[in-house]
Amino acid sequence: MNLQGVHVTLHDMCLRDGMHAKQHQISLDEAARVAQALDKAGVPMIEVSHGDGLGGSSVNYGFSARSDEEYLRTVLDVVQNARISALLLPGIGTRAHLQRARELGVASIRVATHCTEADIAEQHIALGRELDMDTVGFLMMSHMLSAGELLRQAQLMESYGANCIYCTDSAGYMLPAEVREKISTLRQGLRPETELGFHGHHNLALGVANSMEAIGAGANRIDGSAAGLGAGAGNTPLEVLAAVLDRCGAVTNIDTFALADVAEDVVVPLMDQPIRLDRNSLVLGYAGVYSSFLLHAQRAEQKYGVPAEQVLRKLGEMRTVGGQEDMIEDVALNLMNSRA
Amino acid sequence: MMIDTAIVGSGNIGTDLMIKLLRSEILRPTWMIGIESDSEGLRRARELGLKTTSKGIDGFLAQSAKEDVKIAFDATSASAHLENNRKLQDNGIWVIDLTPAAIGPYCIPAINLESCLLSPGKNVNMVTCGGQATIPIVAAVSGVQPVEYAEIVATISSRSAGPGTRRNIDEFTTTTARGIEELGGAKRGKAIIILNPAEPPLIMRDTIHCITKTDPDVPAIEQSVRRMVDVVQQYVPGFRLVNGPVFDGRRVSTYLEVEGLGDFLPNYSGNLDIMTAAATRTGEIIAESLADEHRGVTL
Repeated sequence: MNLQGVHVTLHDMCLRDGMHAKQHQISLDEAARVAQALDKAGVPMIEVSHGDGLGGSSVNYGFSARSDEEYLRTVLDVVQNARISALLLPGIGTRAHLQRARELGVASIRVATHCTEADIAEQHIALGRELDMDTVGFLMMSHMLSAGELLRQAQLMESYGANCIYCTDSAGYMLPAEVREKISTLRQGLRPETELGFHGHHNLALGVANSMEAIGAGANRIDGSAAGLGAGAGNTPLEVLAAVLDRCGAVTNIDTFALADVAEDVVVPLMDQPIRLDRNSLVLGYAGVYSSFLLHAQRAEQKYGVPAEQVLRKLGEMRTVGGQEDMIEDVALNLMNSRA
Repeated sequence: MMIDTAIVGSGNIGTDLMIKLLRSEILRPTWMIGIESDSEGLRRARELGLKTTSKGIDGFLAQSAKEDVKIAFDATSASAHLENNRKLQDNGIWVIDLTPAAIGPYCIPAINLESCLLSPGKNVNMVTCGGQATIPIVAAVSGVQPVEYAEIVATISSRSAGPGTRRNIDEFTTTTARGIEELGGAKRGKAIIILNPAEPPLIMRDTIHCITKTDPDVPAIEQSVRRMVDVVQQYVPGFRLVNGPVFDGRRVSTYLEVEGLGDFLPNYSGNLDIMTAAATRTGEIIAESLADEHRGVTL
């Protein structure tokens, strides 16, 4: 693929999606080290929030070691150039969280809804624009909707004021042709000045390939994380994507091998478990299940003796969406009782 | 003695409420008040024998000054409720507020219905659908021992979330969280709402996590939760315990399902049914006290 001179903005997720993989237990010192190292390597955008967005710290999703505000202050204090973003899921976080993040110095807000529910984000997107923030509409589980319907949801977010729309493959389910079709449809149907982004998960090992398809079809912002630290089999490994983009002649302004050093020397040592495409994350990608369900399902397996794989498959059959972590224990109990 | 009532707002909620009121042995739905003359809801109300006006609250008050409406249910919006309430109160009418406006005290029939009768403003608020479904369980646990923190997750089908809920989703989370503290008795509350578009639509699911201050008294909490489920079932028959209470250290988690009666709204929308059922129950208790007053019995 020839991308000579094409500008691509890479956005690191270690300190947001990576929170899932760390069960929200990243320390402030670790957050500072990761952010500083990413910033030095030239990564232009870094997301910092609970894995489920601002206000996500809870029984349901896991309490974080420190508050969103503490993580944000710490990171904003150490970065020189990178812009800091935060994630917000209406229904979990509120406009009060968004307002506070802005006061702290967050430059970009990503308002996330399930791909069919864009209209619950109207007030949050409008507030992001009112506060003069880079405002992104983030359509999760985009594999669950046809390209045409996804465009209608994207247009709603655009009409509320989003200046960038993401096609988000939360389950790591999408295949390259689907990414191409959806991004092309969004590109044709949205305003030319609206940016497009893609967020992948590596559950079918397609994080990099899908991101390249997205760029080829008109996306210019891509999420990933150094060493892939993220939910499920992780996010698109950012240093690998940077290397591929170098080879294609794209402009990322990232020092690719400095980023590889961050991945190897700073992020990998933080991991509680290797981020790899194991059997359970393969089920996520195969059955279209929200990636952050993985560790919750593994804990349910330990507690109730029901295989995580079965729990995840059942959650896929039920067509659960992001945020329904409470159904994991419920499903495990039902499976356990049906065996007894 | 039947007490005459008015429903303000002829949308889905108002219509479902009307059908429940038509079954009541003490409440009579007399008026349906809308703002669009060709609305489905007003037409249906006329067919069922209600008087209607499409000129809003003013249209109703202009005509009915001499009539006997004692209780009004407001199923419009938080912003419209402020004015509706003022005008109804000026005419001495009790107001049951199904909007998120929350001018009056929160009312959850299974928890505090009797004390609501003492509300000096004659206005009570029905919290939120998620609050009606979950706060009774928080109260059941905190009735046994102190609850440091309670968190609820309400999952509803996308089809059952109307434009009002969607535009004001923060109101759901903040109002419910406050209700968890004020009525549920938890020291700190948090609420989460999830919309799921699956087809066929899923029945409302509610999960209640409580963190007790000290180790939970398992048998007492189990008994208290089961008793509370029975109480809520008396006015919401589709309110069911699915799993739990599950104990994990100081975490006590309860998994519920709320199926609607299918009066006007489909069965899966238990979130809407529980609001209209709770409002009906509240109206009946207010009506009983009004009937007692009429007979010269003091509270």
